[in-house]
Amino acid sequence: MADVTDFDLDPTGVARTSVLTDTTSLNSVSNSVAVQCKGIVKDFGAGQTKVRVLQGIDLDVRFGERTFLVGPSGCGKTTLISIIAGLLDATVGSVNVLGTNLSSIRGGRLVDFRSKNLGFVFQQFNLLPSLNAAENAAVPLIVQGVAYRRAIVAANDFLEQLGISAHRKKYPNQLSGGQQQRVAIARALVHQPRLVICDEPTASLDAQSGHAVMEMLSTLASSPDRAVIIVTHDSRIYSFADRIAYMADGQVLRIEKTPE
Amino acid sequence: MFRIALKMLFYDSAKYLGLVIGVAFSTLLINQQMGIFLGLLSRAGAIIDDIPEANIWVMDPGVKNLETVFPLRDTELGRVRGVPGVLWAVPYFKSVAIIRTATGELESATLIGADDTSLIGIPPEFVLGSPEDLRRPDAVAVGRDGFDKVWLGEKPSLGKTVELNDRRAVVVAIIKDSPKFTSAITFYTRYSQALSYTNNGRNQLSFLLVKSSPEVSPEVVVDRIHTQTGLLALTAADFRARAVQYVIDNTGIPISFGTVIALGVMVGVSVVALMFNLFVLENLRHFAVLKAIGTKNSRLVGMVFLQAAVVGFVGYGLGLGAAASFFEFAGRSPNFAGFYLPWRIAVASGIVAAMIIGLASLVALRRVLVIEPAIVFRG
Repeated sequence: MADVTDFDLDPTGVARTSVLTDTTSLNSVSNSVAVQCKGIVKDFGAGQTKVRVLQGIDLDVRFGERTFLVGPSGCGKTTLISIIAGLLDATVGSVNVLGTNLSSIRGGRLVDFRSKNLGFVFQQFNLLPSLNAAENAAVPLIVQGVAYRRAIVAANDFLEQLGISAHRKKYPNQLSGGQQQRVAIARALVHQPRLVICDEPTASLDAQSGHAVMEMLSTLASSPDRAVIIVTHDSRIYSFADRIAYMADGQVLRIEKTPE
Repeated sequence: MFRIALKMLFYDSAKYLGLVIGVAFSTLLINQQMGIFLGLLSRAGAIIDDIPEANIWVMDPGVKNLETVFPLRDTELGRVRGVPGVLWAVPYFKSVAIIRTATGELESATLIGADDTSLIGIPPEFVLGSPEDLRRPDAVAVGRDGFDKVWLGEKPSLGKTVELNDRRAVVVAIIKDSPKFTSAITFYTRYSQALSYTNNGRNQLSFLLVKSSPEVSPEVVVDRIHTQTGLLALTAADFRARAVQYVIDNTGIPISFGTVIALGVMVGVSVVALMFNLFVLENLRHFAVLKAIGTKNSRLVGMVFLQAAVVGFVGYGLGLGAAASFFEFAGRSPNFAGFYLPWRIAVASGIVAAMIIGLASLVALRRVLVIEPAIVFRG
């Protein structure tokens, strides 16, 4: 693994961080690349209040790998995954996700793309308190128009794999943090997305629960045709990563491949 | 998704209940107040409604309504009968009488005197007794609601005596009549008998009831009567409208009821809008999650409208039910007799309820549509 970080200036004058790896070309999206970010710049605000959160990021995320984005608070991790998820637009640069340039699709098509291809695990779980565990896990299928009963059956299968089928009729406020995160994982995977984005999945959990959640995530989410991006502060779970992208001040400083 | 929308709505039962009560309260106020208001207005023309035989009313030109009567000369009856197109014309007496009830209390009552021969001027539906009974000395008929008010708690029966303007009257019939604007108690008797209860001498003719010939339109006969006698003649419909308009123009009733109705709508709008906004605000993060997961804005709009529609439908149903119950139970009291819930008011209040909830959901919807799904990544 020979990661090289070099800096150049893009046409907007942005100092751009290019992270080149020995296996990935930035000029074309190879079959093994699930997400390709090129020169991503993100500004918030305008005029004197403008804040540049991402400073020209190039990043590849590959199928079959768990890519960790790590770095201090405010370094732009969440903004980057929001852009990759199509929830935010990049100010400059392009994002290619699963062979689709996100800037080329808008509105309903982008929402459909997200619905079919992306799964999310959030730090705060973000389960709907009015739905029980099975219903929460079934939401992505219901959003896609799958019949309620079929969606619940599929969700129950996942909850069983995650070891919480006994709690499938419980509401989020009746579940522990670890159980809620398992429901969230089921929700992220139930519709078989090709890209799973996890934001601090262990931040709200104790060490034991966090480890258990990561093991389940690794087991269930890892697949040759699926990519997983995990944003985390938690160095205890770095061992679950295939590659770790270190970020600081809106830039990817380096990418390390973790040993097998 | 609609199942999810409903689960979201019912989950916070306190807020759901608050929303439903807000709509129900507005609906109840609108229906109850409008029902009473229209009931009062209808009472203003109740006497006219009770005499379907006469299609023209003749009176002194200064008369504006049924309550302020200026007597006509007895000779006017003959003049009106002589107008071409008049099929028949009969005298009609109307006055206020003081009665002493069985318990010794004084009450104000309406005294109606109908044509001695034809008895036209007395409502046709007899609950007890018959028109012929009214030909007996001191005989009077009393309206059904009036009987309940004078002889509180007693079953309708005949033969009761009452002091009418300090003179003895015997109830020989009970009539189904419409509640009047000024008094719930109405006594009916023959014209000559009514005059004997007033002791005011001649020229006590309050109105002339006229039926126009079938071959001549009532409007033409009205013009002829006015031209030939100088008296004011109005078709029954016009006189009714005039009596109702008098109440609207000269009493504080419309303002009073209008204010309550407006307050009901305003309170409904503010309470429902505020609570629905609060409901959406508290669920904003969940809407953002649904957005992030891949729910289209159109689907979210549908969810919010469904939630609003359910609140509106249930609230409207409860409010309408409460209003209907009010009229059902209150209507059993003589004081509320004749008040009812017209279907047009129920429909109108449904439209108002839909507007209230529609407005509330539009305000809340804006928040849902502009919510940035990326907030789901914030802690």
